[in-house]
Amino acid sequence: MSGVKINWKNIGLFAIVGLLILWTGMFQSWNVALAILNMGLISAIMALGVNMQWGYAGLFNVGVMGFVALGGLAVVITSEAPVAEAWSAGGLRVILGLVFAAAVLIGAVFTYRRMRPGRSRALTLTAMLVVGFFVYRWIFDAGVDAVEAVNPAATGFLGGMGLPVILAWPVGGLLAAGAAWAIGKTALGLRSDYLAIATLGISEIVIAVLKNEDWLARGVKNVNGLDRPWPVPYEVDLQQSAGFLSWAQSWGMDPVTASAILVKLIYAGLFIIVLAILMWMSQTALKSPWGRMMRAIRDNETAAEAMGKDVTRRHLQVFILGSAVVGMAGAMMTTLDGLLTPSSYQPLRYTFLIWVMVIVGGSGNNWGSILGGFLIWFLWVQVEPLGHGLMQLITAGMADGSALKAHLLASAAHMRLLTMGVVLLLVLRFSPRGLIPEK
Amino acid sequence: MDFLNAIVALSNFVLIPAVAYGSQLALGALGVTLIYGILRFSNFAHGDTMAFGAMVTILFTWWFQSMGLHLGPLPTALLALPFGILATAAMMLATDRVVYRFYRRVKAKPIVFVMASIGVMFIMNGVVRFIIGPEEQSFADGERFIISARDFRDWSGLDEGLAFRTSQGITIVTAVIVVAALFWFLNNTRTGKSMRAFSDNEDLALLSGINPERVVMITWLIVAALATIAGVLYGLDKSFKPFTYFQLLLPIFASAIVGGLGNPLGAIAGGFVIAFSEVTVTYAWKKVLGYLMPESLEPSGLVQLVSTDYKFAVSFAILVVVLLFKPTGLFKGKAV
Repeated sequence: MSGVKINWKNIGLFAIVGLLILWTGMFQSWNVALAILNMGLISAIMALGVNMQWGYAGLFNVGVMGFVALGGLAVVITSEAPVAEAWSAGGLRVILGLVFAAAVLIGAVFTYRRMRPGRSRALTLTAMLVVGFFVYRWIFDAGVDAVEAVNPAATGFLGGMGLPVILAWPVGGLLAAGAAWAIGKTALGLRSDYLAIATLGISEIVIAVLKNEDWLARGVKNVNGLDRPWPVPYEVDLQQSAGFLSWAQSWGMDPVTASAILVKLIYAGLFIIVLAILMWMSQTALKSPWGRMMRAIRDNETAAEAMGKDVTRRHLQVFILGSAVVGMAGAMMTTLDGLLTPSSYQPLRYTFLIWVMVIVGGSGNNWGSILGGFLIWFLWVQVEPLGHGLMQLITAGMADGSALKAHLLASAAHMRLLTMGVVLLLVLRFSPRGLIPEK
Repeated sequence: MDFLNAIVALSNFVLIPAVAYGSQLALGALGVTLIYGILRFSNFAHGDTMAFGAMVTILFTWWFQSMGLHLGPLPTALLALPFGILATAAMMLATDRVVYRFYRRVKAKPIVFVMASIGVMFIMNGVVRFIIGPEEQSFADGERFIISARDFRDWSGLDEGLAFRTSQGITIVTAVIVVAALFWFLNNTRTGKSMRAFSDNEDLALLSGINPERVVMITWLIVAALATIAGVLYGLDKSFKPFTYFQLLLPIFASAIVGGLGNPLGAIAGGFVIAFSEVTVTYAWKKVLGYLMPESLEPSGLVQLVSTDYKFAVSFAILVVVLLFKPTGLFKGKAV
């Protein structure tokens, strides 16, 4: 969108998406339209993060879901009130166990670097790790048992730090950045496939940790009723305030709908601010010498290396940045939902859908990612009823109660997988530069 | 006596399951490594190819069962297996024609192939769930055990039983036959040699008149057979559920990379390394240690190093260690 020349095609594309959301508002409901808008904003931020990795640097991250989930975890550990009883029961022991494990690992790395290669180093390292593991389990397990025994139906976890929930957004970014650093350190600098495989692995493991470590975020028991960030009110409070009721009446709206819409609008405002800041930062970065260097590396690694650029280091940098953005979006999403449900994290929804957004929108172009985020999210929400309708139409001629008809109707949900795969392949093949191509 | 009991318990809960699981992983990793060697990309659709092959085999098995066709003590699935392989092979050739051939022609970067394979993974995943549904399916029939725990106890007079399931026996025997046939093919036939030449040095292979499209086609056929066999054996041994096949992707990749991507021998070794680590680390050692240790020292807990929920973390940890210290794998693969 630079300067004098106005790109009518891009403005038109955004206008179409805007109209689609308006259409939803007018013909379905404003609540649904705003829900699509809010998730569209969050999806756009996730797509922006993935685009940093793929579009700027050509890094293939197949573990977006893991970083999103880490953002969700950040909301719990930042904003939930600490469970004092659990802390006194075994909290310190759990933390001590984790610190001890980290110390053992750091010690092992240190030993590995300081000792000369040979049998004595191998033996020392093995002994350190094995003994360290058992000591860690001895400290950690008792603490976990104690924490999880504290009122398991309501808490059974350590709680968080009791800070304002808005802080969870940057914290989510930090958690994701930490995980990205660990992965990047291992897999970058090797073949590009390895990063894909390693990220796939870490995302599965993050989800497994969220599901099984009850002391951390209650596991599959979920954490409900998360705080809302500062300006967002609760619907119930709104419905009891006289000022709001008279305001809703002046618009001729029923208070329940009006309160839901107002809450969503305020969320949308917050998300737009975050998206605008991130967008401004990414555009500036992309135009700066740093951005030109990143693209030069992406287009010809060997040449960039010959010019003295440390390719692996730059890759690590942009991988961490992109993951942090995704983690932040994950925290925003959990805040919007108000609950953390580890079992809801599915690779299709949180990894590959984001990928489709980036590729359809136009990889390498930030505006493209935002467009893709909105457009694909809109389709994702609206296509499912269409799929069911289509199945109904196909099976309309069949006898009621036939096994085939029942099977087809029940399978309509799996059409999403198929559609996403087909869209990905078609765009990759016929329009690899996407709707808004890179300049 | 206690020592014998310990050995029997160890074989029953660790050795036999790990050998069977290792054979399944090895077959899966062989497919991944062959594609990597010839087509030069990591095929993310491999897990779902296994699911597809297993699904077709299951459908044929049900059909045969309904007609009363049986193999006696052996599972009917073995009879259906060739049909599963045929269908998978047709499907693989079709995807190659529709999807991958274009990228070969434009000499796309390997990562684009990987992305395309993810698209294929989705479609296949959707097709499998559409046809057979996302639930668990069981299709094993025939004799359940070669040696059942009770027979073994009666025969040996030990406290511990040793069960050897038919599915485990079939897995091991089939894997040995398949691997022997594959290596014989790669080492002794003209086509096999041209495949190895193509994998080692594409340019030289092309110069010497090897037809690349033919090599690619044969590779897909072999991979279809390997994937279907691996998928069916895994389904017989554990159970068939589409999502678990997607999850198998990680241990399979780990096996192929640990052995060295592109190296068939490495893929087999890698499969067993991963399987043994996964099973030993997630097994509760209380029983075995209880037999071996004096009563006073007997462990009170389960002595399970890592809970089974984290079995994927085991393959991942091994993968990370290998990438850090020996990125070409134990057997010197092609990739760095």
